[in-house]
Amino acid sequence: MTIDVNTFIGPYPFRHLPHPEPGVLVQVLAREGVERAWVGHLPSAFYRDPTPGNEALADALAPHGARLVAVPTIRPDWPGWEGALRAAADAGAAAVRAYPPQWGMGPHDGSMRRLTSAVGEAGLPLLLTVRFEDGRQRHPHDVAGELSGAAVRDLARSDARARIIVTAAGRALIEEVHWGLTPEERARVWWDISWIWGPPEEHLAHLLRAIGPERFLYGSGWPLRLSQTPRANLELLPDDVRALRLASADAVRAA
Amino acid sequence: MTPTADRPPAPLGGPGPLVDVHAHFYHAGCGRSDWKQVNESRLRAGALIGITVHVASMLGSFGHRSPTYFPSPSDIAEGNDEMRRLEAGSSGLVRSYVTVNPNDAARAQEEIARGVEGGAVGIKLAASRRADDPLLDPIAAAAVTHGLPILHHIWQHRTREWPGQEISDGADLGRLAARHPRAMFILAHIGGGGDWAHTFPAVADMPNVYLDISGSGVDRGMLDAALQAVGSTRLLWGSDITMETGLAKLRALEAIGLNAEEMADIRYRNAVRIFRAGRLLPSVEPTPARRARAERA
Repeated sequence: MTIDVNTFIGPYPFRHLPHPEPGVLVQVLAREGVERAWVGHLPSAFYRDPTPGNEALADALAPHGARLVAVPTIRPDWPGWEGALRAAADAGAAAVRAYPPQWGMGPHDGSMRRLTSAVGEAGLPLLLTVRFEDGRQRHPHDVAGELSGAAVRDLARSDARARIIVTAAGRALIEEVHWGLTPEERARVWWDISWIWGPPEEHLAHLLRAIGPERFLYGSGWPLRLSQTPRANLELLPDDVRALRLASADAVRAA
Repeated sequence: MTPTADRPPAPLGGPGPLVDVHAHFYHAGCGRSDWKQVNESRLRAGALIGITVHVASMLGSFGHRSPTYFPSPSDIAEGNDEMRRLEAGSSGLVRSYVTVNPNDAARAQEEIARGVEGGAVGIKLAASRRADDPLLDPIAAAAVTHGLPILHHIWQHRTREWPGQEISDGADLGRLAARHPRAMFILAHIGGGGDWAHTFPAVADMPNVYLDISGSGVDRGMLDAALQAVGSTRLLWGSDITMETGLAKLRALEAIGLNAEEMADIRYRNAVRIFRAGRLLPSVEPTPARRARAERA
């Protein structure tokens, strides 16, 4: 079963997105041969309080059953976040999203460490986003910057129960984090393939050879990015790695 | 792998000719030890996708001895020589742009002449001088004389200077295109960085500016907006340095609902029209002479 771990619904504040609705996402999944998606609420990344976004996400996904699984946003410096996390877990969330750069949190933020521990204790993966858009096209007001390797390493080291999925990372960040962690720590970090280059530079093939397919997950970045890209990337892999299977998102949840 | 590698029976990019108007190859003087593997990887992936022709350039030494976007005359000459050497051994799978730096005006004209003699099908301008600078006028004039389109590196919406290049955007290129209405310009990689939403209205009314859809950027909405701005007859397919995004865009165009004619425009027909007639895909678009011979046969 293929699960796209990196999708959203809802508009993006810095440019128009065509049809970022759950019904369209269901059609896209069918077209791409993807059985399920983990879905975040895109505007919540830019809300001060993500609570209303989590409610909107739950309402929007309700008609789509198990096909679209909610990934609520938990902001760990907001009062009551522990309750929001409990509610997310009770509601069957696939994972929890957090956006430290958008919230002005640096790479060693104490509240993010506390969230990582709590999410690990709740048995959920923590899903992080390196970037929403190419850095060369940012809106002048989009000054949050990208999630750093230091931030990912810090969280991976902060709690042995943490399971972290990092989306929209490129080769350089993946390598600096992976090889900057102990084997035990890096075994709790996964990467989606939505922003990893294929041929001719062959970053994806290189990473699969060097790090192993068990650390990588299928992800697209829809509705910000074309849903066709991860499939195309996998189909263009060289022969020696084409048959490798990426990790299962369900397996990450069960880990 | 040689440049004449076999194609798979069912190309991932679908049936029919497919011209990549924005490709790069490397050579030993580029300073990267894996240059052969990268070239082989492009050809391997191209065979899987079903690329019929890679129209490619080598930007000097790609920063090894002089900057990628400000290449020295000697680096340009070597890169162009290596590009044509690769082309010559490719049995038509690879065609070449001749790269020039407008700041060395006389050398640029010499390189274009050498390129034409060597069979180049287009001119590549990187980011050595702003697109609307008068130094580009003689290059555009030479392009008209020799019937070569100009592929111009573009940053989508220039809001400030960036190190390492003298960037141009759609509005800059549009001013050059307005001065040279008989020249054909390819505005490079709408997915190659910057705000593509600025580019489309900047060149929508410039009939001699074509948009290549290459680049690592795969923003949803980009292709729809490009089609709305210039239509399928002014879009060109390409990959630049990420071929998986090129394949994804082909599939996205189909998902948008383009018909076979519109897909053919973007896949190869527009390219065949603006490059030297009959040279890019001689089996698909025969020259008048070849057509006459065929009719006599």
